[in-house]
Amino acid sequence: MTLTQQILTIATLVAATALTRFVPFLLFKGRPTPPAVQYLGKVLPSAVFGTLVIYCLKDVSFTSGAYGMPELAGIIVTALLHVWKRQMLISVLGGTACYMVIVNILHL
Amino acid sequence: MTNTDTRHCGRRLKAFKAAFPYTVPIFAGFWFLGIAYGLLMNKSGFAFYWPMLMAMTIFSGSVEFVAVKMLLGQFHPLQSFLVALLICARHLFYGLSMLDKFKGMGWKKIPLIYGMCDETFSINFTARIPDGVDKGWFMLWVTVLDYSYWVTGAAIGGLAGDLIHFNTRGLDFVMTAMFVTIFMEQWLKEKNHTASVAGVVISVVCLVVFGPEHFVIPAMAVMLITFMSVRNSLEKKVEC
Repeated sequence: MTLTQQILTIATLVAATALTRFVPFLLFKGRPTPPAVQYLGKVLPSAVFGTLVIYCLKDVSFTSGAYGMPELAGIIVTALLHVWKRQMLISVLGGTACYMVIVNILHL
Repeated sequence: MTNTDTRHCGRRLKAFKAAFPYTVPIFAGFWFLGIAYGLLMNKSGFAFYWPMLMAMTIFSGSVEFVAVKMLLGQFHPLQSFLVALLICARHLFYGLSMLDKFKGMGWKKIPLIYGMCDETFSINFTARIPDGVDKGWFMLWVTVLDYSYWVTGAAIGGLAGDLIHFNTRGLDFVMTAMFVTIFMEQWLKEKNHTASVAGVVISVVCLVVFGPEHFVIPAMAVMLITFMSVRNSLEKKVEC
């Protein structure tokens, strides 16, 4: 990616993020939210967070190398820590540390 | 200083004193994630002003983390735009919830809306602001404090990257761990897991079918179509 393309990419991200913040104030001022929008607002976030997890793993090979085992281990540790303590800091720190130890010590 | 000036100062200070304690836990979280983000950007070859400026302009942690991957990959502006739009779609609902609270805020409304993130929203929406404390200034302080925690964290991480020479291999997993945490938090909160499961399954299928560079847009489209077509049955399940 060239520098211009990088700046353009960031600009699209700024535009999209700002849009989601300002649109309700410009659009729904004094009007009730359409039921379809309310429904999507309930179901979409969960699904999108699932997509983001998969997006992070998109370049991991599950058929060769370490077969995605370090990633799987990191995810399981993160998820278990979160179910146990429900503290974002602990879950992210623990999961990342576990993954870093695996890839560095076992040289995967 | 005139009398009005003093009163203004007092009002601002009082609001600051009420707002600051609410933001302390967020300080810890934002510095941790912000520094990790700055570090990741540094190790990906970007000078500290990249994460700092991105933190200032985008001001959405999840989008900024995804951006690291985007900036290192191929140029897909439409995909980037849509991904950011969908990651941030939840802001729409924060906005809808704050329509009334931000009414009559004058110039403060712009920074309040621009700086609205998950954490700031949850404080401003739920905090019981004591009587005698200016609500506008309280919300603005929460917004400004959280914003500055994030931006300084990202800048520090970007700068510290040059000083840290230990092996940072595998640090990029911090992004995966963050999204797994957010996903789990949502999972633990929701009573019905259909949407979460659908999101993962549809994304995996689209990744296999369309490949790593082009699966996000089809996945989002399939999700939208699926959710709209099962609306009658699913809407009741997520309600109860």
